[in-house]
Amino acid sequence: MTDISHASDVFTAGADALAEARRHQRIQQRRARISAILRYAILFGVGLVMLYPLIWLVGASLKTNAEIFANPGFIPREPTTEGYVQGWETSTPYTFGRFFWNSFLIILPKTIGTAISCTMVAYGFARFDFPLKKLLFTSVIAILLLPNVVTRIPQYILFRELGWLDSFLPLWVPSAMAGDAFFVFMLVQFLRAIPDDMEQAARVDGCNSWQTLLFVVVPMLAPALISVCLFQFMWTMNDFLGPLIYISSVDKYPVSLALKLSIDTTEAFEWNRILAMSVLTITPALAVFFMAQKYFIEGISAGGIKG
Amino acid sequence: MTRTRSLGLIYLSPYILGLMAFTAIPFLASFYLSFTDYNLMQPPKWTGLENYIELFTSDRTFRRSLSVTLLYVFLTVPLKLAFALFIAYILNYKLRCINLFRTAFYVPSILGGSIAIAVLWRYIFATEGLVNMVLAWFGIEPVNWFGDPTNALFTITLLRCWQFGSAMVIFLAALQSIDKSLYEAAAIDGASKLRSFVFITIPLITPVIFFNLIMQMVQAFQEFNGPYIITQGGPLKSTYLLPLYIYDEAFKRFDMGYASAIAWVLFLIIMALTLVAFWSSKKWVFYAGDKRS
Repeated sequence: MTDISHASDVFTAGADALAEARRHQRIQQRRARISAILRYAILFGVGLVMLYPLIWLVGASLKTNAEIFANPGFIPREPTTEGYVQGWETSTPYTFGRFFWNSFLIILPKTIGTAISCTMVAYGFARFDFPLKKLLFTSVIAILLLPNVVTRIPQYILFRELGWLDSFLPLWVPSAMAGDAFFVFMLVQFLRAIPDDMEQAARVDGCNSWQTLLFVVVPMLAPALISVCLFQFMWTMNDFLGPLIYISSVDKYPVSLALKLSIDTTEAFEWNRILAMSVLTITPALAVFFMAQKYFIEGISAGGIKG
Repeated sequence: MTRTRSLGLIYLSPYILGLMAFTAIPFLASFYLSFTDYNLMQPPKWTGLENYIELFTSDRTFRRSLSVTLLYVFLTVPLKLAFALFIAYILNYKLRCINLFRTAFYVPSILGGSIAIAVLWRYIFATEGLVNMVLAWFGIEPVNWFGDPTNALFTITLLRCWQFGSAMVIFLAALQSIDKSLYEAAAIDGASKLRSFVFITIPLITPVIFFNLIMQMVQAFQEFNGPYIITQGGPLKSTYLLPLYIYDEAFKRFDMGYASAIAWVLFLIIMALTLVAFWSSKKWVFYAGDKRS
């Protein structure tokens, strides 16, 4: 008798528990769905707020001046390329093409110099032993954290003494001496993760260290080097303070300075010219980012195995 | 062996030369210059502590600039980090198109300090600009973003918070590396989402919080492009951050000694805060290695 009542107790308890569990599961499923919907809603909302200014910028660059401050939408009512045509002309004797060319002249040697010098230095740090190595590597991290503001004035005085003002040399040379500690650090970390078997083999086969660097290490480093170049490209494209301090003649202006100049000199209500040139100014960096996105990921994951 | 020893130094030679010429010597030189009067025409004239005494006793622009800079940093860095962490937390979930979102949120960071973006900000926050047009839909009166001292600094803070992408990417990578079973165990023990966020997520990602904090702080103290283009330091010097003041003193008035003194004050503040962060990190940063042992 007791057994039977006990069994029925157990049974009802079991059924209750089952129902409870099902209800719980349903609630959880609903919660998960609500949570997912909420997450998407927040992400879409934030994404819209994040990207709308840029979308608006592109739209506004094709608007008439009267429409820019009257229409919050991004589709121009009367599309016009007037902003691009007149903005490209600029108020200087040069077109914006000249300023893009100047930017290119700054970026190309700087990037090549960065890639070569940082590779050498990273190779030295990762594969050799020498006196003061610890101290020197600490200095890389110190430079990484050192605010530029404290060295800028003596650097200016130095370049002035060298007669380098109003030339691209102050922008090129520090980078070509592996001055961008971030890249050195990144390449050292990358190299340390690659075993040096291949290099040993090359040495046994009679390569000297330069040949090993050039024919064994550089190919393995390639993905990391590509991201070094991409970062340097984007940073230099956006750099404003460097050219502002060192470049004074308009014919040597890179786009960042030219854009600032066009704000200062364009008449107060010709907004679409400035917006159009702003669009052109950010296009190279965005294009490089979207084309090379996979390199950033590949550079991190596949680098060591490929070689 | 000695051959290899010198060989390593040969590979390092560009770095060592650059370190000396562009960092170490300039660093010491600016310290020296901060005790001098130097206008590039005559050789530097030693004036002892005069620059510093002037800065802290009679220079009202400096006092204003310093307080604005501190306000800017203490406003921007926590807001940006909190926002970056929040978005990374939402992204760290089995969502479709996570890569798409990640890219979208990263795009503003790519443009970084670009002048074009500062220009865009000027237009968006203009009295008749996009932001006020949108606010009008909600029945909010147009805000005078650049005319009012409090608002002006805030627009620059917003610009930098808008670029939370790189901090977010670092947070996201850290969140993705957390062992999921920890959350499952916590859920079985009845912990709410919020509790497991506070007691599991936060402690496990303290190393990257620390890293982001230092990087963003050093960067925020050196903000130049935003205020230079958007507000030119105004109104009433409410966005006249120290780097702007240094730039004006050094490259407009060519008062290199005085500018160096301001630069050194800024440097010492950054260094003091960095050291405080490093020192306090022993108490709040947990490294996975410590726990396992």
